[in-house]
Amino acid sequence: MTAGSVVIAGPPSGNVLEVSDLQVGISTRRGLVRAVDGVSLEVPRGEAVGLVGESGSGKSMTLKAILGVLPPEARISAGQIVLDGVDLVPLPTSALNRIRGPKLAMIFQEPMSALNPVMRVGWQIAEGPRVHLGYSRSKAAERAVELMRRVGIPDPERRFRAYPHEFSGGMRQRVMIAIALSCDPEVILCDEPTTALDVTIQDQILRLLARLCRESGVSLLFVTHDLPVVAQLCQSVAVMYGGQIVERGAVEQVFAQPCHPYTLGLLRSAPDVEQVRASLVPIPGSPPSLISPPSGCRFHPRCGFAEMDCTEQMPELRLLPAGRSTRCLHYERCLEPLTAEGAAR
Amino acid sequence: MSAASLVTVAPERAQARKAGWYRQPALLAGLILLAVILFMVIAAPLLTSYNPISQDLNATLSGPSAHHLLGTDQLGRDTWSRLLYGGRVDLQVAFIAVLFPFVLGTVLGSVAGYFGGWVDLIIMRVVDIVVAFPFYVLIIALVFVLGPGERSIYIAITVVGWVSYARIIRGEILVAKRQEYVLAAQSGGLSNLRIMGRHLLPNVITQAIIYAMSDIVQDILAIVTLSYLGLGIQPPTPDWGSMIANGQNFLTTHWQLTTLPGLAVVVTGLALSLIGDGLADLLRPGQS
Repeated sequence: MTAGSVVIAGPPSGNVLEVSDLQVGISTRRGLVRAVDGVSLEVPRGEAVGLVGESGSGKSMTLKAILGVLPPEARISAGQIVLDGVDLVPLPTSALNRIRGPKLAMIFQEPMSALNPVMRVGWQIAEGPRVHLGYSRSKAAERAVELMRRVGIPDPERRFRAYPHEFSGGMRQRVMIAIALSCDPEVILCDEPTTALDVTIQDQILRLLARLCRESGVSLLFVTHDLPVVAQLCQSVAVMYGGQIVERGAVEQVFAQPCHPYTLGLLRSAPDVEQVRASLVPIPGSPPSLISPPSGCRFHPRCGFAEMDCTEQMPELRLLPAGRSTRCLHYERCLEPLTAEGAAR
Repeated sequence: MSAASLVTVAPERAQARKAGWYRQPALLAGLILLAVILFMVIAAPLLTSYNPISQDLNATLSGPSAHHLLGTDQLGRDTWSRLLYGGRVDLQVAFIAVLFPFVLGTVLGSVAGYFGGWVDLIIMRVVDIVVAFPFYVLIIALVFVLGPGERSIYIAITVVGWVSYARIIRGEILVAKRQEYVLAAQSGGLSNLRIMGRHLLPNVITQAIIYAMSDIVQDILAIVTLSYLGLGIQPPTPDWGSMIANGQNFLTTHWQLTTLPGLAVVVTGLALSLIGDGLADLLRPGQS
């Protein structure tokens, strides 16, 4: 590891990435926006973790904070981001640049705008190995062709010299994945990588990611608002609301029996092919202002189960059986199907 | 309409798109004109047998004849020959002079736009100061202080000219750096220098190249103006500016001495302007 960096954990634990109590503030003219407010996450080695929530819940900010590419007006005010035993938060850009790429990579939502329009895709893939692994031009080019083949781009030798606009959306996202894989990272952060693609391509990309995850042991932190995608790819899931994680647990458990009314609301507002519902149930209201968030539980103004105590104190993330946790004081109510029906009314 | 005519339409259209550059009449005319001018000044020794600085005091101020195509000046020097060799000097100086401000302005504009903050503030305040002076006032003052000659022309044009490139590139970088591919490059652990050089610059340099084309015209005019004032290319080296100045005294009797080099400046400027316009149409995205 880089000289001068602080080693926090001793022996490598099962988690390749540990985020603890991360706080990100964005200073605006109207005040400080607490975009990420005390988020803690663990990504176990070789697993895929989903991070779901609606727009503005702070999930993309969490990813950008982990990568150290926050916009200039945003900054990390507290917390640790420990990758392989090294805290990334205090590292200067030069040290971060030795980690971004070889250890940590990112896949973006819009592959068209995330690729340089005037650079041949092959060289965009080869750039990482050239910079980080010290490959020669020809060796890096070989590596790029091999990666393009691995992510399923047909005829890679010829496509190496193509420009991004000559690719279809799905192929561009494969190029993005090849770039992310180019230096064999340990964690790939995915910022809604399938949102811009149509459903059949979406499925191909998810299968590809799952296969790469299995083959190379890379871990994924997968941000999306698309719950079926998380169900398909991830082993565990964290639900974000108003800059906080409100529920965590294994995917099957959380989706089968949510322990937070927000998760319940998300599941009920998502269309489902197998179980055609009479009507989708939207969550009433809109996401909270993160400049002056509601007192107590941030979800209480929109929650059908809210009691007096929900408005008084901010609930902590409580540990439940089977490694799950929730921020709801009255999570038992989510478990009763009848009251759950009434919750959304 | 028969099927056969449909078949012939399609490849024609494809060809027009692919080889669009020679369908730009302005660009084409400019390129041909410039090619002719460049050929004439480069092949000057083949097109004239007279040395442009050798005097023939027996044949001063002679009119056009078989010996002297365009006549001679007051020192008996062949005008045609001086026109060609003078163009050689002026064009060469102009093409070199446009490079320094292009490079300096692009580098400083990139740095200002990419890093922002106080770096941007300082660079753009310097730009404002330079822009506050009229172009020729500053150029003439600088050359006057530095002393006449080619070196002074390069320095003066660089000091004054870089600001336009800096403004153009800074503006383009400000837009481009918000693009996601820059974020992606940062996420890939690339250094700022690499992101600027390999990712941003290729995306924004087009605008500076288009501007450079019209900037050459301005540089040629500046060089000719300086030489006209006796501050630029020094005699005996032939140059259009000093030719105009020397011929001025004989304007009523030998108008060609002043008019021909003036015409040469106009035609050269026209050729470069046409190329600049054509390139702008061709390279600016979103235009057919």
